[in-house]
Amino acid sequence: MLAVIRSEGFRRGVRQGAPFAVAGFILAASFGILADEAGFSELAAILMSAIVFAGSAQFASVSIIAAGGGAGAAVAAASLMNSRFLPMSAAVGPSFSGGPLKRAAKGQAVVDASWAMSSRGDGSFDEQLLLGASTIAYVTWVTGTAVGAIWGDKLGDTDALGLDAIFPAFFLGLLLNELHSGRARGVAALGAVIAVALVPITPPGIPVLVASLASLMGLTRRARAELELRQEAEGAPR
Amino acid sequence: MNTAAVTIAGCCAITAAIKAAGPVALGGRELPTWFTSVVILLSPALLAALVATQAFAEGDSLGLDADTAGVAAGGLVYWRTQSIIACVILAAAVTAGVRAL
Repeated sequence: MLAVIRSEGFRRGVRQGAPFAVAGFILAASFGILADEAGFSELAAILMSAIVFAGSAQFASVSIIAAGGGAGAAVAAASLMNSRFLPMSAAVGPSFSGGPLKRAAKGQAVVDASWAMSSRGDGSFDEQLLLGASTIAYVTWVTGTAVGAIWGDKLGDTDALGLDAIFPAFFLGLLLNELHSGRARGVAALGAVIAVALVPITPPGIPVLVASLASLMGLTRRARAELELRQEAEGAPR
Repeated sequence: MNTAAVTIAGCCAITAAIKAAGPVALGGRELPTWFTSVVILLSPALLAALVATQAFAEGDSLGLDADTAGVAAGGLVYWRTQSIIACVILAAAVTAGVRAL
């Protein structure tokens, strides 16, 4: 573990992850405020960020409780939101070193920003960079939640402050980093259309999960041929 | 146990299991090109879906709202400046401004 922290990749992850971690702090503060409004104690809000560490799932479940829903519905929504980590963690799996337990532990560090950042673009991931970016994100996620949960009620009406726009804006920033090819732009547009079309007819979380099917555009012969060319050019074995 | 405790425990267990599944099942394995080719495109698909559902949906209804404008402004400033911090602050400010109108 110490060797990982000392590695160049880990430090690069911390540096590259820092701006996202600062934005994550603001996001986490808005989560702390929401949790407070949903009737969570300060400790419960902080604990949730510390042990769940998954922004969209936390927002989804706590919003349901704030709207009067029960724990069952809240956990179900969180699971659906987090279902995207299944393909994401499967993608990063081959890039993790160590035995099954160690890899399972490293899998806990997978969050959207560091996952997207550590992707090398050829299907492999920089493990140390991911761990570095997730570490700093974790610190600001938990402290931000604490600030929001403890002092958020001093802010007054949070809707009037536009805090609900922070979460989608954060993800839009991540998305813009990904749109470097025409195919990626096409997949993003398709994913957005699928998700929006499903919103009125499916429970929360399902639209995003089903939208991941847009990535099947990668199965076209052309997409695979381009990937093989790029891998050969980089001399990467995988 | 109260609602918060059950929610936290449930979310924690399920998130941990989901995040562990991929690395345990696929660790250290070489993957076929078709799999990799799909994986590369997962993140634009998922991120776009997250943004679209957050920006255009309120519960199960669709529509343009103050936060739609805020998110669009945030995206524009990120595209021009690459600053994620400016992006989220502007998104909140524009949303608040439109609501105040």
